[in-house]
Amino acid sequence: MTLTTQAADPAGATLAEPSRRRRSLPPMTTKLAIGLTLGGLILLFGLLGPYVTQDPSLVHDYGLTGPSGAHWLGTTQTGQDVLAQLAHATRGSLTIGAIVGVLTLLLSAFFGVVGAYAGGWVDEAFSLFTNIMLVIPGLPLVIVISSYVPDKSLWLVALVLSITGWAGSARVLRGYTLSLRNRDYVIASRVAGEKRWRVLTVEILPNLIPLLASQVVFAVIFAILGEAGLSYLGLGASGSFTWGTMLYYAQNGLALRLGAWWWFVPPGLMLALFGAALSLINFSIDEIINPRLRDQTRAARRGWRMSRQQLAKAKEAGL
Amino acid sequence: MRYLFRKIGFYLVALWAAVTVNFIIPRLMPGDPVDILLAKLGQRGPVTPETRKSIEALLGAGTDQPLWSQYTEYLHNLVTGNLGVSVTFFPAPVTTIIEQTLPWTIGLIGLATLISFVVGVGLGTLAGWKRGSWLDSLIPVTTMFQSVPYFWLALILLFALGSIWPVFPLNGGYDVYTVTPGWNAAFLRSVIYYGTLPALTIILSSVGGWMLGMRNMMVSTLSEDYLVTAEAKGLRPGRIRLRYAARNAILPSISGFAISLGFVVAGSIVTEAVFSYPGIGSALLQAVSGNDYALMQGIFLVITLSVLGANLLVDLLYSVIDPRTRTRG
Repeated sequence: MTLTTQAADPAGATLAEPSRRRRSLPPMTTKLAIGLTLGGLILLFGLLGPYVTQDPSLVHDYGLTGPSGAHWLGTTQTGQDVLAQLAHATRGSLTIGAIVGVLTLLLSAFFGVVGAYAGGWVDEAFSLFTNIMLVIPGLPLVIVISSYVPDKSLWLVALVLSITGWAGSARVLRGYTLSLRNRDYVIASRVAGEKRWRVLTVEILPNLIPLLASQVVFAVIFAILGEAGLSYLGLGASGSFTWGTMLYYAQNGLALRLGAWWWFVPPGLMLALFGAALSLINFSIDEIINPRLRDQTRAARRGWRMSRQQLAKAKEAGL
Repeated sequence: MRYLFRKIGFYLVALWAAVTVNFIIPRLMPGDPVDILLAKLGQRGPVTPETRKSIEALLGAGTDQPLWSQYTEYLHNLVTGNLGVSVTFFPAPVTTIIEQTLPWTIGLIGLATLISFVVGVGLGTLAGWKRGSWLDSLIPVTTMFQSVPYFWLALILLFALGSIWPVFPLNGGYDVYTVTPGWNAAFLRSVIYYGTLPALTIILSSVGGWMLGMRNMMVSTLSEDYLVTAEAKGLRPGRIRLRYAARNAILPSISGFAISLGFVVAGSIVTEAVFSYPGIGSALLQAVSGNDYALMQGIFLVITLSVLGANLLVDLLYSVIDPRTRTRG
């Protein structure tokens, strides 16, 4: 008997594995499906688009023409293909989002989680630093810093955006780590003599993953929108294509006054769609972090407000 | 009381940090802002030695002065309100420009943010209370508005309501030709008329966030035991909704309001750029495009100060609403 179960164990483990993992993954709801599809399509467009479209900087002698067979999304004032620009801009904006996402994750996890776990004066110092960074307004600081540097690379813009953007997530992470740190199972593992780094990485960090994921998603939205705003003001990375620079050139080329909707609508729409996709993904992550958001359905709440007779009737109908 | 001292202490430290960041940035950056600024000033007229000295104190010069005495001189200038002279608006000192532009920004952006907060929290309360109602299904739509980049939404609205159907003026803070600024009815009416569209764009793009946050907190609060108790006591639903659920659910929104004040000022820069509104954000952009470093540093300082002040105010308010923060110390 024991032999057979042991023999069956590998198969059982592989079967049990997905169901165990599924608990840490959000349930596949419509919201999540739409979010993932939209986000995935835009990501694919940014990855593959630049290989199949024309040269985005190629100038033609026919400017500001509407969508046609040769140029699916029309041309800009100088006859550049809007679709090609959009593909390169998607890549540029997603790159910024990815860099800032990773940097924010590292910075906020370091200052939020490590500080809260270490406690004592380290926590005090880290939390003071985080709070100061939080109240110093970000965009003005970015503008001031970027105005001193005439030639900015994509990396510099991303770095500046993450320096001014990590503090919010660090504060959220700190609050949650503080509550995790004093849970029974963490104290138990410490009493059992586990090393500090092991408690942090094996006991605490896995429980933070949903929160970390949602903070990274926020950071990516923040970064892409922040870069778009910065570029729109003419302070973005020089010589790069992003959704923001496209809008900047569209604005300067009087696309709005001339009614060239094919020029200024696509980049804004891409920004909006990608932002919406990420928010939809975040909704689903939120429901893992805060189970109360999904526990109460409308039916449950209706029962809560029903009178006794109504409740009895509803129960009978249910039976 | 101890809570109060702690808070004020924190803001003093933050103030010092902001002032120091303002001092360090121009000195860390490549290039020589002082020379650029002095050359620009020289084109407009003779530069007095005092002006030169105050600019050097503000931005750091290639002089052999040690950093420490530069720092004390900078602090001295700040305390006496000497922020240097602007190049873009030449003979005017930086403080005058800030005095002229700040009321516009606070009036427009501050009011719009407040309206957005009140409306968003109100709608969020109702949406959380009646979960699954039509109001609740409105939330994804409003978050859509939020993920639309603000300046793009503003541009489209400006295009639609300014060019296609000219309901609102295209730019400016008031009618420059027919109205004289001052406390008269015509001027105030003009200001309100010119400010409606910018305010509307701010409200549209930010109300979703408040609504969602409040709705989620409301849902969490509704499953607390004390609400079941209140229900069991037979209190009126209206009373439970406001006094029991909403009052507890609003707390995170209020602390979020404090944090968002920083983004308010940040947002003002873009708003004012789109609508050419005569506020402090426009002044900052003009300073940036004209390499007017003195004005830029001055405005950054004022923006930081106002954000710190607003945060302190909200923190104090929070301790009134939520007594637990006071006792925790």
